[in-house]
Amino acid sequence: MLIGKPPGIPASAITPREQYMNRRRFLRTAISGAAATGAVAFGAERIAEVLSPSAGVLAGTKLQTVKSPLTTTGEQLTSYKDVTTYNNFYEFGVQKYQPAMNAGGLPTRPWTVRVEGLVKKPKTFDIDTLLKMHALEDRVYRHRCVEAWSMVVPWVGYSLSEFIRQCEPLSNARYVQFLSYYDKHVEKWSSESTIFWPYSEGLRMDEAMNPLTLLTFGLYGEVLPNQNGAPVRIVVPWKYGFKSAKSIVAVRFLDKQPHTTWNDMAPNEYGFYSNVNPNVDHPRWSQKTERRIGLPFYAQLRTTLMFNGYGDQVASLYNSMDLKKYY
Amino acid sequence: MKRSTLVLLKTLVWLACLWPLARLVWGAATNNLGPDPTAEITFTTGLATLRLLTISLAITPVRRLLPQLSWLIRFRRLLGLFAFFYATLHLLTWIALYTAFDINAMTADVVKRRFITMGMVAWLLLLPLAATSTNWAIRKLGGKRWNRLHKLAYLAAVCGVVHYWWQVKPGVLTPVTITIVLAILLLARPVLALAQRRKVTAAA
Repeated sequence: MLIGKPPGIPASAITPREQYMNRRRFLRTAISGAAATGAVAFGAERIAEVLSPSAGVLAGTKLQTVKSPLTTTGEQLTSYKDVTTYNNFYEFGVQKYQPAMNAGGLPTRPWTVRVEGLVKKPKTFDIDTLLKMHALEDRVYRHRCVEAWSMVVPWVGYSLSEFIRQCEPLSNARYVQFLSYYDKHVEKWSSESTIFWPYSEGLRMDEAMNPLTLLTFGLYGEVLPNQNGAPVRIVVPWKYGFKSAKSIVAVRFLDKQPHTTWNDMAPNEYGFYSNVNPNVDHPRWSQKTERRIGLPFYAQLRTTLMFNGYGDQVASLYNSMDLKKYY
Repeated sequence: MKRSTLVLLKTLVWLACLWPLARLVWGAATNNLGPDPTAEITFTTGLATLRLLTISLAITPVRRLLPQLSWLIRFRRLLGLFAFFYATLHLLTWIALYTAFDINAMTADVVKRRFITMGMVAWLLLLPLAATSTNWAIRKLGGKRWNRLHKLAYLAAVCGVVHYWWQVKPGVLTPVTITIVLAILLLARPVLALAQRRKVTAAA
């Protein structure tokens, strides 16, 4: 009898990620191509759709992007692995590693975003329409979680303001609310906490219109993995991470401040504004410092910057406000 | 119990108690502590403390229920000291990796943040217990007084679990298992004592 560990896979035998993805893409194209040519008489498009349901939107699919002047420079990017396996997405479990394991069932195609409330006319946008609405930009942003950890993420998207213009909000719309996908059968881990679903977040209109606020479709130049909020999410880099709602299904324009999930859960801990602010402590920990993800334990600690370092672009939004009161 | 069995069991308990530390050391050496190593170290040492403390508190009720297991008492000091060891590592993690040895940051944390205050209280409660864990201390204090002092272990465990609840986000239920186990152990004492008294009364 042979006792002992089977030999591990030698590094030389591991397919590099690029090659693996290319092979997938080749197969997908080949299969749908063959189906299309061979089966014209049998409703080829349908067959191709069945064989390759989400071609073009699978996580990992490359996106066409352009450079952006709004990108943050001079920071070491957090690795793709850490960005995609260390997530807060409580619908898929409360532990950081859980969303990457559990979010596979999130149906990112077909996907629509409803626009409602104080708009000229309620509309529904298909994800494909959203993807084509404006050139997709590469935007590196610092990402600061309220739990005092941080990352540097190369997002892909365009300014939310471009989308809001298409929504034609009325002049009395002062706030915008984002609602996330919720289905307790797909997201059965959502009962691990006592949160009311669906997840809701919101911004003041001028915050939403700030060019930094990103309607986000991808990261690292590729379609968002489900656990990062596929197929479309918000990223607000000067606010704590929970303000950046994931997997958006509805956008509502309102004249009053909307109810938002964490603010409802614990208003003393999570303010509606939740701007990154080292001078206002979370009741349970200091916000003066943060731990950068992916570094060795002795090198993680760093100083937290006011507005997460985006003060030049956003400080003027809060000129007349006491940020200790409106935390 | 045979001496060789005892030695074997003690070795196993030592290995089990050192396991969480070994994992951390190995993980740190191979840069394999996950995306947030500081949080991983904090969580591992904190959880090890609560688990070991809870197991050490379970020994008395288990012995009462099953007298044939009364030899378990020989392991209680070991478990208790390991609980204190991990609690101390947990405290040092906070001092070194969260406050970077900044006295002002530490003071502010202890004064302002109830979960840190509570954690500090729990550690301070364990300190005299660890200090009086030697046979010499037991003799010096006398069994009765020593026993009374070491009831503080229950209080320390309660403080530790409250510290855990106050640390997690509202709505998060991860501390629920350890809370239930500790609640059962706390209830077991009066319940078993009552049962004992009934038995004595019935016999008389």
